[in-house]
Amino acid sequence: MTEQTEKKGYIHSLESFGSVDGPGVRYVIFMSGCAMRCQFCHNPDTWNMQSGTPYTTDELLKQAKKYRSYWGSKGGITVSGGEPLLQIEFLTELFRKAKEEGIHTTLDTSGNPFTREEPFFSKMQELMKYTDLIMLDIKHIDEEQHQILTGCTNRNILDLAEYLSETKKPVWIRHVLVPGRSDQDEYLERLDTFVQTLGNVEKVEVLPYHTLGTFKWKELGLSYPLEGVEPPSKERIENAERILHVSS
Amino acid sequence: MTHFEQWDGFQGRLWKDDINVRDFIQHNYTPYDGDESFLAGPTEATNKLWGKLQELQKEERAKGGVLDMETEVVSGLTAYGPGYIDEEMKELETVVGLQTDKPLKRAFMPYGGINMAEKACTTYGYQPSEKLHEIFTKYHKTHNQGVFDIYTPEMKRARHNKIITGLPDTYGRGRIVGDYRRVALYGIDLLLEKKMDDFNETERHGMKGTDFRLREEVADQLKALKEMKDMAAVYGYDISKPARDAREAVQWLYFGYLAAIKTQNGAAMSVGRISTFLDVYIQRDMEKGILTEEEAQELIDHMVMKFRMVKFARIPSYNELFSGDPVWATLEVAGLGQDGRSMVTKNDYRFLHTLENMGPSPEPNLTVLYSSRLPEAFKKYSAHISITTSSIQYENDDVMRPVWGDDYSICCCVSATQTGKEIQFFGARANLAKCLLYAINGGVDVKTREQVAPAYKPVTAEYLDYDEVMDKYDKMMDWLSKLYVDTLNMIHYMHDKYYYEAAEMALIDTDVRRTFATGIAGFSHVVDSLSAIKYAKVKVIRDETGMAVDYETEGDFPRYGNDDDRADDIAIWLLKTFMGKLKKCHTYRNSEPTTSILTITSNVVYGKATGSLPDGRKAGEPLAPGANPSYGAEQNGLLASLNSVAKLPYEEALDGISNTQTINPGALGHDDQERIDNLTHVLDGYFEQGAHHLNVNVFGKEKLIDAMEHPEKEEYANFTIRVSGYAVKFIDLTREQQMDVISRTCHAEM
Repeated sequence: MTEQTEKKGYIHSLESFGSVDGPGVRYVIFMSGCAMRCQFCHNPDTWNMQSGTPYTTDELLKQAKKYRSYWGSKGGITVSGGEPLLQIEFLTELFRKAKEEGIHTTLDTSGNPFTREEPFFSKMQELMKYTDLIMLDIKHIDEEQHQILTGCTNRNILDLAEYLSETKKPVWIRHVLVPGRSDQDEYLERLDTFVQTLGNVEKVEVLPYHTLGTFKWKELGLSYPLEGVEPPSKERIENAERILHVSS
Repeated sequence: MTHFEQWDGFQGRLWKDDINVRDFIQHNYTPYDGDESFLAGPTEATNKLWGKLQELQKEERAKGGVLDMETEVVSGLTAYGPGYIDEEMKELETVVGLQTDKPLKRAFMPYGGINMAEKACTTYGYQPSEKLHEIFTKYHKTHNQGVFDIYTPEMKRARHNKIITGLPDTYGRGRIVGDYRRVALYGIDLLLEKKMDDFNETERHGMKGTDFRLREEVADQLKALKEMKDMAAVYGYDISKPARDAREAVQWLYFGYLAAIKTQNGAAMSVGRISTFLDVYIQRDMEKGILTEEEAQELIDHMVMKFRMVKFARIPSYNELFSGDPVWATLEVAGLGQDGRSMVTKNDYRFLHTLENMGPSPEPNLTVLYSSRLPEAFKKYSAHISITTSSIQYENDDVMRPVWGDDYSICCCVSATQTGKEIQFFGARANLAKCLLYAINGGVDVKTREQVAPAYKPVTAEYLDYDEVMDKYDKMMDWLSKLYVDTLNMIHYMHDKYYYEAAEMALIDTDVRRTFATGIAGFSHVVDSLSAIKYAKVKVIRDETGMAVDYETEGDFPRYGNDDDRADDIAIWLLKTFMGKLKKCHTYRNSEPTTSILTITSNVVYGKATGSLPDGRKAGEPLAPGANPSYGAEQNGLLASLNSVAKLPYEEALDGISNTQTINPGALGHDDQERIDNLTHVLDGYFEQGAHHLNVNVFGKEKLIDAMEHPEKEEYANFTIRVSGYAVKFIDLTREQQMDVISRTCHAEM
């Protein structure tokens, strides 16, 4: 591929007003494609990369910058998904250009594509040069439970957390609280112990499981694995926040 | 130079020589950039009085919306003896004065139209007086009679077919804000003296009709000023001299406003920009050590309690247009001065704090004159009040100040007017969506099948051609703009003649500037329809008579509300084009034409009378309110929607561009601090782009649905929401309007 060919990324959707996706008011780019199959996923329509709309980085930045007047000193852009690291070259180019414009960049990732093996690892190191903050989802601290909940291992995800700690990259850890799946005290305590070993965590967020995305499973002709699971109670959320030392 | 001992300690000269409240404020106010920690809670007296008033409000609601009504006495400045919230607690009221002799009792106001006054009575089970009927049909003409005597058949058709709706031809036109501060600063005697000077100055040789009219008007104003003194005397006050302290200043000012609401039943009866002014008095008293913060807050709470009590007798068709019994007792806080200083004082906090001390309320219509340069602490406090009460609106001081100066008031829901120097001739809205259908159907109304507009050639092609439609639409808008202005001219002529606002005008400069405020309805639907015709294929569905009754759109098209220039440029074009046509018309008393894009809750009624449109909106469905994008059109979130609205040039719609947005608390941030910060960023970003107005609601759809199903729940008694340009108690809306509010986009989390 030559320099002249503008690489395109597959985008699921764009949200002009993200206020819970990183610091301040943010333009959120949801990228298509994800290899995980989380049972609680509220955006299963982002799994297939090819179903996204292709955009160039310049097109996206031009869109995002229309909202700059709302960002204040803290806001910026957040790339979420789907799993943005599946399109890491595109993402790197987007963040590099954003940083040239002085825009705060946040990556919201599941960490699933991460590995210290090449060629991925060099690309990751390059991306980190232009990334101000990473929001890393740890879906489950227990390997076996993680497999059940997401269909994937959590080893490389925890490894990513450690790598980011080694490189002192600011991180927010996010944990989706699913009743009966990931809200047990034992697991939460183990997760907390792990998080405490990291030296770069600025914030821990508990994301209560919700059912707003279940209709999408039906639209896609999929059966919803968490049928009948209710969102966690206020008490369970507070319990999780206490164990995970979430400051409010 | 005039001097009163009541002015001791006040700085400045100009305001002493002439009536000039602005100059007084600029020389004497103390900007405050601290936070809200100084504020005081409600006093025992406030709690008792507000408790009583809430009981009365509950009773009013239980009785179908009206607690009590006058049928025998014609309202006027001295029609009644004193009235109190509760006779037994009257010594607790630090601010006194009611419209009638009893709280929440609605006055009989026939001058706008005897029919409406009587119908209001019978609607709520009251028997109108036969004697008054005879007087106002046989011996005294009303505004309403005057207008209907001279309407042309074409005007009546347009009115009946609702292409022009909400004409103030059966009640007061409103939107005139007396400078009520003048009563406090100068006292009535000096105001009388100055008006007398004005009266004498109108003398000249060869006087003609317009000179006679002016002399008669000033004579009426002089009479009203004298009666204001009598009105105050009923409550044991002598307001002939300036107020000597904060307590008197609040009371004197309120008497000025009371004079207005005793004599006029305009749709909008604004209070004006009084906050900074009153702070000067409070500050002086505090420095003297004769007023505490608790007492100051109590004064403001009690004054606001009075504004929450303003009522007029209305008829059902009026309530359908303006749902929830609003009076637009609009009151402004904040803003910047021409010299760049913030005009936020501690009193601006106190007014917002009334929403905490006495809970949320639709009235007074509290408006924050916003600038990103306001003190950060005040911006945060306003955001906090929005998030907790959904009761306040924001208007961009940075776009209004260059046009109206730094002492303007909001005279209706969102329209600015220079306080004491200017009035508005306002009226109604032109339904531009319906006008588009008239263009397609050759002036025939699809609903009534009447030939309302001239029989221009209709569109006959199977598919709508953009150029052809635009050509026909242009001609139809020409017709509509002329008819609209002609109709309003008649209304305002007759209103001046039969229902002149003597009390309000007595508190306004004699040499007054007048604007002529028109309005647009159906805005977003026209934009999207034209976009559909331009960018997609729109097939016309005709019935057996050949009338276009529906449309089928093939393909995608850009919609207003997504920050997409292709649609937004059409929006700008539409506004400029219609405004341009209005400017070509002769307007009554050489007033300056302006327009607005705001519809109150009338979007539901307008929608009922409007056929299917090429944008996909079906016949009878509500129109989007104000300048809001259409339901379901917003695909890229809140800020994209705001950006679209922000593109509309304020200078083309000086009467206001209203936008209402509802944000789910969860979508605004995780916790209170985040929500406050994020909302402040949204307001900064929106207004820095030159947008004019924003209503902010913060609640979820679930709460609305629950309130609709369970209006009896205590928590919903005062549940207030912002709609286009004002606030209402949600449970006071008709079910239809509740459904409409619920169906509008709630910006929630992904």
